Amino acid sequence: MGIIRKVNTMNKIIKKEVLNPFVKLMVVEAPHIAKKALAGQFVILRVTENGERIPLTIADYDREKGTITIIFQEVGKTTQMLGALNEGDFILDFVGPLGKPTEYEGNLKKVAVIGGGLGTAIAYPQAKQLHSMGVDVDVIAGFRNKDLIILEKEMKEVSNRLFITTDDGSNGNKGFVSDVLKRLIEEGTKYDLVIAIGPLIMMKVISNLTREYGIKTIVSMNPVMVDGTGMCGGCRVTVGGKIKFACVDGPDFDGHEVDFDEAMRRQNMYKEMEKESVEKHKCRLEDIQNA
Amino acid sequence: MPNMSLNKVKMPEQKPEERIKNFNEVALGYTEEMAMEEAKRCLNCKHKPCVTGCPVNVQIPEFINLVAEGKFEEAYYKIKETNSLPAICGRVCPQETQCEEKCVRGIKGEPVGIGRLERFVADWYMANRKQEKPSFEKNKKNVAIIGAGPAGLTCAGDLAKLGYDVTIFEAFHTPGGVLVYGIPEFRLPKELVKREIDTIKDLGVEIKTNMVIGKVLTIDELKEEGFEAIFIGTGAGLPNFMNIPGENLNGVYSANEFLTRINLMKAYRFPEYDTPIKVGKNVAVVGGGNVAMDAARSAKRLGAENVYIVYRRSEKEMPARLEEIHHAKEEGIIFKLLTNPTRIIGTEDGWVKGIECVRMELGEPDSSGRRRPIAVKGSEHIIDVETVIIAIGQSPNPLIKSTTPDLETQKWGGIIVDEETGATSIEGVYAGGDAVTGAATVILAMGAGKKAAAAIHKYLNTKA
Repeated sequence: MGIIRKVNTMNKIIKKEVLNPFVKLMVVEAPHIAKKALAGQFVILRVTENGERIPLTIADYDREKGTITIIFQEVGKTTQMLGALNEGDFILDFVGPLGKPTEYEGNLKKVAVIGGGLGTAIAYPQAKQLHSMGVDVDVIAGFRNKDLIILEKEMKEVSNRLFITTDDGSNGNKGFVSDVLKRLIEEGTKYDLVIAIGPLIMMKVISNLTREYGIKTIVSMNPVMVDGTGMCGGCRVTVGGKIKFACVDGPDFDGHEVDFDEAMRRQNMYKEMEKESVEKHKCRLEDIQNA
Repeated sequence: MPNMSLNKVKMPEQKPEERIKNFNEVALGYTEEMAMEEAKRCLNCKHKPCVTGCPVNVQIPEFINLVAEGKFEEAYYKIKETNSLPAICGRVCPQETQCEEKCVRGIKGEPVGIGRLERFVADWYMANRKQEKPSFEKNKKNVAIIGAGPAGLTCAGDLAKLGYDVTIFEAFHTPGGVLVYGIPEFRLPKELVKREIDTIKDLGVEIKTNMVIGKVLTIDELKEEGFEAIFIGTGAGLPNFMNIPGENLNGVYSANEFLTRINLMKAYRFPEYDTPIKVGKNVAVVGGGNVAMDAARSAKRLGAENVYIVYRRSEKEMPARLEEIHHAKEEGIIFKLLTNPTRIIGTEDGWVKGIECVRMELGEPDSSGRRRPIAVKGSEHIIDVETVIIAIGQSPNPLIKSTTPDLETQKWGGIIVDEETGATSIEGVYAGGDAVTGAATVILAMGAGKKAAAAIHKYLNTKA
């Protein structure tokens, strides 16, 4: 009998690292997923029996060690509970690899990989993959301030040039990733492809910019999902005027075709309830601490 | 002497005004006395017409006679000979178009309440007897089942009884398929589904959750893993939309998403459970099937004041079970028949505020034999709603097809099989249920799982 019946699906956390005050990295034992994972794909996870299913992009994988790396920001109750787990703990449910891997089409010589905030964690495996394919990669990463910078060393290793900007200029380099990209293009850098991953507004600004210059642009959408297998349709995005499901048709789409304004509206669907959930969670934590 | 009453013994139910405030089961089930009284209405016909109406061949007169004699445990074993999930079938089968439609008592008066009796027997057994873990002689052959819904569970149960080592791969974190994500608690309690699935596990069936076949493993890889036969029971999970303007506004759900949030993720108990759901004061559910009724009745329970069923044909053409339509009406669901949506209207910041519809008239019968609805010119009108739920059907999920090019499918996605055996275009690979037929019923999926189990047994025995 093959391995699958014996495969370890316990999803043990074997490494936990705090990348900045809000962002954590976890290496999770999931050999069956690691065997198949490719850049651009994601997992869906659940932390408790009463918990929500949330998608997280696969930040890295190691086929030999059988591990999947996730990097996440503690923005809601589920990510907060996930962040509270430690090495040796188990993640209740961990499903993947889901979504289509990023497709690199054509003869790519020079690519700009752009990450905004946490999106940098998702952009990084793209840069790594392209770099290993011998592509000339410029990485542009933007953060709110210098304390939030993550993966600097790793990105340096997989890029020809690395540009890190901060909104407040606290790292000595004030500005947005779009400013850097514009400057590089105007200086004469010829990109065959731009990959932009980060907040919707950033991906929108980058896509608008590259449209002017006629540079193909891939963005990675991260909408609300339940199942991640095409079943609920909650993750629908309008791309080129058609309804697409980010979980099975994406999460990567042509940035010039995505209706970002709609995506931004859809992101607000559960905002109040998410807040309520976090508040309740905090109260309970305080109760426990005060008990 | 048989009980010659023309009517079924009445099923005790929660009162409509009570039940719209909770998600507890609507029908409460027979007592022992009620069951015995109803069982005595069976004439024990020699030619058993009812059995021919049952997709899983339950020996109906036999089990009913055991009920009439008060031998409930024996009745349970009689049903279990052919049906792995009696507590479920007794609740969600459309008996009125199956066994009960053929019942001789139905010629004059109501047919015997076969479904109610099946439910009674299953519930009685769960409450009064402990399921014994049976043991079977193993034949050391491995079969993989994809999808732990009604088709897969039935196929797995039958094969396990024949001695096979059966592994079910389920994409969700909980097995049950549509029984857990689709059918609401008030029609089919999830605790009961869990217990029925436990009886399948007790047969030695292993269920691996969180495994999306087609992604984490392909059909070919399952074969390489040593599975000698594979059954695909992945259901019809892909929601259809209407392709009208406004479908991506906030507040528009597919019925799949709406029901999955409520049933599987328990959003009706938010914030105790983390998954949220948003229901406005006014809700429109588009569609006329059982799924539409489930969505409408769920919306009502979540506090919506006005819930509309918007359906383009008349009530006569509605595919939903009569009982469901009846229950929905009792609960105050408003039926907007011969009405078809043309667009969904949003506020400036992207939330639903209404649904524009046209009135329809029925014309000549179409290919389905039902009269084709035709829009009445100039009849556009707006219904004010904040939530729209689209329940116009589902298509099979293409995840397996996309990584199994040899698997032949219909243009619309259904897997092509031999009707008698469930055999697909790939040797050793079988399929059944909604993945083959498109959205149908639990019992038809179970019937297909049963047929495939028999065919797999035959195939593996004749294979050198």
